[in-house]
Amino acid sequence: MTEHAPLTVRIDDEASLSAVRRAVDEAGRSLGFGLVDQTKLMTAASELARNIVLYARDGRVTIDHAHAAGRRGLRLTFEDGGPGIPNLERAMQDGYSTGQGMGLGLPGAKRLAHEFSIDSEPGVGTRVVYVLWRR
Amino acid sequence: MADVHIISIDGVLVVTLPAVSDDRMAERLVEQVGERLVELAARAVLIDVTNARIIDSFMGRVLAGLAGAIRLLGAEPVMVGMRPEVAITMVELGMDLGGVATALSIEHGLAGLRARAGRRM
Repeated sequence: MTEHAPLTVRIDDEASLSAVRRAVDEAGRSLGFGLVDQTKLMTAASELARNIVLYARDGRVTIDHAHAAGRRGLRLTFEDGGPGIPNLERAMQDGYSTGQGMGLGLPGAKRLAHEFSIDSEPGVGTRVVYVLWRR
Repeated sequence: MADVHIISIDGVLVVTLPAVSDDRMAERLVEQVGERLVELAARAVLIDVTNARIIDSFMGRVLAGLAGAIRLLGAEPVMVGMRPEVAITMVELGMDLGGVATALSIEHGLAGLRARAGRRM
């Protein structure tokens, strides 16, 4: 296995949240993120993984390196085959939640990212891509 | 399993969270703190988050709920020991702990409580 081999962690219960945080922690450290960025990375991963547990029940995150214009960073791709998000615009608003969260999960994770994209199709699933570049 | 530690100093409870909080710990937190608070008739509770490497919105909600329960039991909640990187991340995440008092450390928290108690006398 090379240093850049993507790593996938399954997310299907609350216990897998610790596994995700651990894996992201290790990947971030190996890339040499500073303390603040490392904390943002782990917090965003925790938010996005919890979204999967709460709404989709089963999914995964793929952790790999991102490269662009001489920059290096970490890319986290969260995918699930859950119910999808019918109104993405609303889901990206602060304080909007259909579940038991604070409604900060998606908009909050986006604020902790350098790049953030989300695709969702009702009945098919949701895919969130989170990138943090190393400064 | 990581668990919460509760000690008592001069009628003040000091609740120390583990480095990584799992959901089970969070669920039992309010129950354990409430029990000890009533048992010792504590006047204040310092919630020590020194060990917490991250506070996500779930944990933030748990902490805000804990502070609210402490107030309802007639005691004063004070959040102490937050790491700077955790504070910065919470602000960017948009998290708000519902106006709970904070202090830099357990020591500062206890000093603040003493100063406020002195003024009331």
